Amino acid sequence: MNINVSLIGEAIVFGLFIWLTMKFIWPYITKAMDERASKIAEGLAAGERGRKDLENAQVKSTEILHAARDKGGEVVEVANQQAARILEDARKDAQAERQRQVEAAKAEIQQELNRAKEALRAEVANIAVTAAGRIIEREIDPRAHKALLDELARQIH
Amino acid sequence: MAGITSDEYIHHHLTYWTVGNGGFWTLHLDTLLVSVALGLLFFFSFWVVARKASSGVPGKWQNFVEIAVTFVDSQVKETFHGKNRMVAPMALTIFVWVWLMNFMDMIPVDLFPRIAAWIAMPFGANPEHVYLRVVGTNDLNMTFAMSFSVFALMIFYSFKVKGVRGYGREILFHPFNHWGFMPVNLMLRIVEDLAKPISLSLRLFGNMYAGELLFVLIALLLAQFTHGATGVALGILGIICGFAWTVFHLLIITIQAFIFMMLSVVYLSMAHESHDMH
Repeated sequence: MNINVSLIGEAIVFGLFIWLTMKFIWPYITKAMDERASKIAEGLAAGERGRKDLENAQVKSTEILHAARDKGGEVVEVANQQAARILEDARKDAQAERQRQVEAAKAEIQQELNRAKEALRAEVANIAVTAAGRIIEREIDPRAHKALLDELARQIH
Repeated sequence: MAGITSDEYIHHHLTYWTVGNGGFWTLHLDTLLVSVALGLLFFFSFWVVARKASSGVPGKWQNFVEIAVTFVDSQVKETFHGKNRMVAPMALTIFVWVWLMNFMDMIPVDLFPRIAAWIAMPFGANPEHVYLRVVGTNDLNMTFAMSFSVFALMIFYSFKVKGVRGYGREILFHPFNHWGFMPVNLMLRIVEDLAKPISLSLRLFGNMYAGELLFVLIALLLAQFTHGATGVALGILGIICGFAWTVFHLLIITIQAFIFMMLSVVYLSMAHESHDMH
């Protein structure tokens, strides 16, 4: 069977190689592999996080866009309303101004008319006295007949 | 090979390169040198990776080494549930080392003996008496050395994990839990435990020995080429057989290395598990 001292020698060699593997190979390789595994896990998690962030950002950007669109619509609406109001105000002002001017013109005309009537009244009284004097060829006392003449003049409208 | 008979050729291939007195104090230099050389090859080729193992993108060699380590690690984790930092490195050592020694069987049977004879000749050696067997696992000393080392570890960890009392109880009261059966239990236990290293060792040895012998016989077939028409036919048969056996044996050496590793892990796992817990 050839069993001899080689067996002991080989057992020592076997033990030595187990020790070498345990000391210098196994821990380093498994450590590197574990580290890589955790790195990959981190990378995958980061990728997932990135994807989620992107999704959130997209949702948010859509929201912001919608909000901006709504706001813009509101602004336009308000502007339109304001423009309409300003226009309305301007028209009202213009109308009021016109009314006022017309009134003023009317009042002035009335005044002018009254003034003309007054002047005419005085003129008519004079003309009537002169004409009456000339017609009856006699002197009449203007003071005595003034009341009568004024009465006549007042009848002119 | 010219001038020697088939018998002498086979015998030449089955003789170790030895130093010593021929009895117990004999050393198989071929087994020892080849196993140490292959062990160093294993150690340094893996150490190159371990020394600057990076958790970044691995290179091709690092990748290969990591595949081997992952393979062994997953097998160990599946089988071995105790806490022992030694088991997985031991399994890796066994698997790679045994595989490398088995792989020496794939190298043409006459290559290394011829080189050895050629080297030895200038030193005045008779080439007929230069012996070299390069398949380490083809030596009972090698396989028994490994299996009994595993056995010793089994005993050691049984004591360490279960304590003297626990281990003693396991031996004396299992499988028959009665004090009257203590001697029977002890006998059964001795047979059971001794069967482990012996079967472990002989399985590997037997497979490798048969493989080696077949390669030697196939080499004898090939040697018939110079002996006329029948010789050519036998030579062609030898080539076909040689190819077929090499392919098949490649499977065997891997399976045997794997079995040796797995059984070692299983035995150590049994040493760590208490029977009381079942």
